Amino acid sequence: MITLQWLYVLTGAMFAAFAVLSARDRSNRKRFGNAIFWALVAASFWFGDMIGDLGNGILVLAIVAVAGAHLLGRGETLSTTTEQRVELAMRYGSKLFLPALIIPVTAFFGTLLFNYTPLKATGLIDPKATTLVLLGAGVLVALAVCYAWFRPPVLAPIDEGRRLMDSIGWAGILPQMLAALGAVFAAAGVGDIIGGVAGEVIPSGSVFLAVVVYAVGMALFTIIMGNAFAAFPVMAAAIGVPILVRGAGADPAVIGAVGMLSGFCGTLLTPMAANFNIVPAALLELKDQYGVIRMQVATAIPLFICNVLILYFAGYAWAL
Amino acid sequence: MTYLPLLGIALVVLGFALRFNPLLVVAVAAVVTGLLAGVPFVKVLATLGKAFNDNRYVSVIWIVLPVIGVLERYGLQQQARTLIGRMRGATTGRILFAYLGFRQIFAALGLTSVAGHPQTVRPLVAPMAEAAAEKEHGDLDEDTREKVKALSAATDNVGLFFGEDIFIAIGSILLIQGAMGGFGIELTPLHLSLWAIPTAICAFVIHGTRLLLFDRKLGRGR
Repeated sequence: MITLQWLYVLTGAMFAAFAVLSARDRSNRKRFGNAIFWALVAASFWFGDMIGDLGNGILVLAIVAVAGAHLLGRGETLSTTTEQRVELAMRYGSKLFLPALIIPVTAFFGTLLFNYTPLKATGLIDPKATTLVLLGAGVLVALAVCYAWFRPPVLAPIDEGRRLMDSIGWAGILPQMLAALGAVFAAAGVGDIIGGVAGEVIPSGSVFLAVVVYAVGMALFTIIMGNAFAAFPVMAAAIGVPILVRGAGADPAVIGAVGMLSGFCGTLLTPMAANFNIVPAALLELKDQYGVIRMQVATAIPLFICNVLILYFAGYAWAL
Repeated sequence: MTYLPLLGIALVVLGFALRFNPLLVVAVAAVVTGLLAGVPFVKVLATLGKAFNDNRYVSVIWIVLPVIGVLERYGLQQQARTLIGRMRGATTGRILFAYLGFRQIFAALGLTSVAGHPQTVRPLVAPMAEAAAEKEHGDLDEDTREKVKALSAATDNVGLFFGEDIFIAIGSILLIQGAMGGFGIELTPLHLSLWAIPTAICAFVIHGTRLLLFDRKLGRGR
C-alpha cells in the first residue's frame, strides 16, 4: 500500500538535494547555514519515525537554533532573466500551463477515480492519504513532462525549487512548528484555562450575549492558537453545549458548524496561522509580512457579524 | 487552577510584535508554557518533538516547488500575463472574483489541495491579477502592486476556509461531530455541512463585493 511514508521519503529526498546544492552555492554568503537547515528538515522526513519523541524534540531545537541565529541566506539567482522569459513564453505559449495543471488535475481525477471505483478495494493507496499521495504522483508526472518538453539541465528543477524555497526560508517550517506548539499548549492545559475564563464572563439570562461571547471566544482563541480546531472543543465545553444547547435549547448543528466558522474568521486575522497568512507573504515576495492579513480584515469582520446573526437566529430564535 | 501557563501566549504575542525569528519565539513559548504548567523539561521536549513529527504532512506541499520553479524558468508568469492582456474585460477584481467562486466550489467538493498559494496563487493567479491591473491602469506603483498580490493570497484563503466545511468528510466537520458526540449529542456530518452553507454564501457576497469594488479603487488611485 502506498502510504504517507512514501511521500515523506520523496519530500526528504528533495530537501536533501536542496541541502547539497545549497552547500555548493558560492553566491550565498550563508550557504552552509542553508545546507544545515534543509539537511535537518530532510532528516526529519526520513528518520522522524525512528529517533523517538525526544530525538525529534532535539531535532526541532537544532532547526530552531539555525533559524534563530540568522544563519539562513539567499544566493544570487542563476535562473533566466525576465527578458529571456518573455521570449521563452512566446516560444512555448500556453503549453506552459499544462504541466502546472497536471498536478491539480491528477489530484482531482485521481481522488475521484480512486474513491468511486473498485480501485479503492485494492488498497493501493492509504485512504487517509489519498489526495496528498496523488498530489505527489502529479508532481512526478509534471516533472517528467517538463523534462520531455523543455529539456532543462538535469538539476534545473532542484535548483529552481531551491530558489523558491530559499525565498520562503524558515517560514516554510513555521506552520509545522505552530502545530507542534498547539500540542504543547494542550498538554499544559491552556485550553481549559481559557474555557474557564470564557465560562465565567457569561452574563446570565441573555442568550444573545451568550452567543456573542461564544463566537468572540472562538475567534479570539483561534487568533491565539492559529487554529480553530484547538479552540472548538474548549469553547463547546465552556459555552456551546452547557449554556446554548442544554440551557437555551439551541440547535447543536448550527452551534457546531457556525461556531467553527466564527473561528475561521479569526484564522484570517492571525500571524499564528502561518501557512495561510505569513507563508504566502514570503512566497509572493511582499514587503509587508502582514500584508495578507491586512487585506483580510475587511472580509473577516463583517463575516464574523454574519456568523453571530446566523448563530442567534438560525440556531436559537427561529429554531425554537 | 493556575493562570501561569497563559504567560506562554503573552510570550508569543510579544515575540511576534518585536519581530524576533518566529521559529525561535514558538520554541521558547512552547518550553516556557510547559515548564510553567509543571511539566518536566524532557517531557516538554518530547511532546514538542512528537507533535512536530506527526505534523510533517503540513510541509509536504513544498514538493510542488521544483515543478513551479522550472515552469517559471521557461516563462510561466509571463505567459499568464500575456493571456490576460489578450482577454477583453478582464480586470483584477473580476479575475479574483472568478477565482473565489472556483476555489469555494472545489473546496466544497473536498478538493482542497487542487489549489493553494504555491500551486496556483504564485504561478498563475497573482501574475494574472497584476497583469490585469497593469492593462487597465498602466504601470503600478509599489504600494498598489503589493495590494494586488496580497488580495490574491487573501482571496485563496477566503475561498478555501468558507468552502471546505460544506464537504462532509473534511477534518473540521469530523472534529465537530466527534466533540459533540463526546457530550452525548449525536449529529450527522451532512447536517453540519448544510449549516456551513449560509456562511459560505455570506463570505462569497462580502469578499466578492470587495473584489469588484477594488477595481474602482484602482481607477481612483490615479
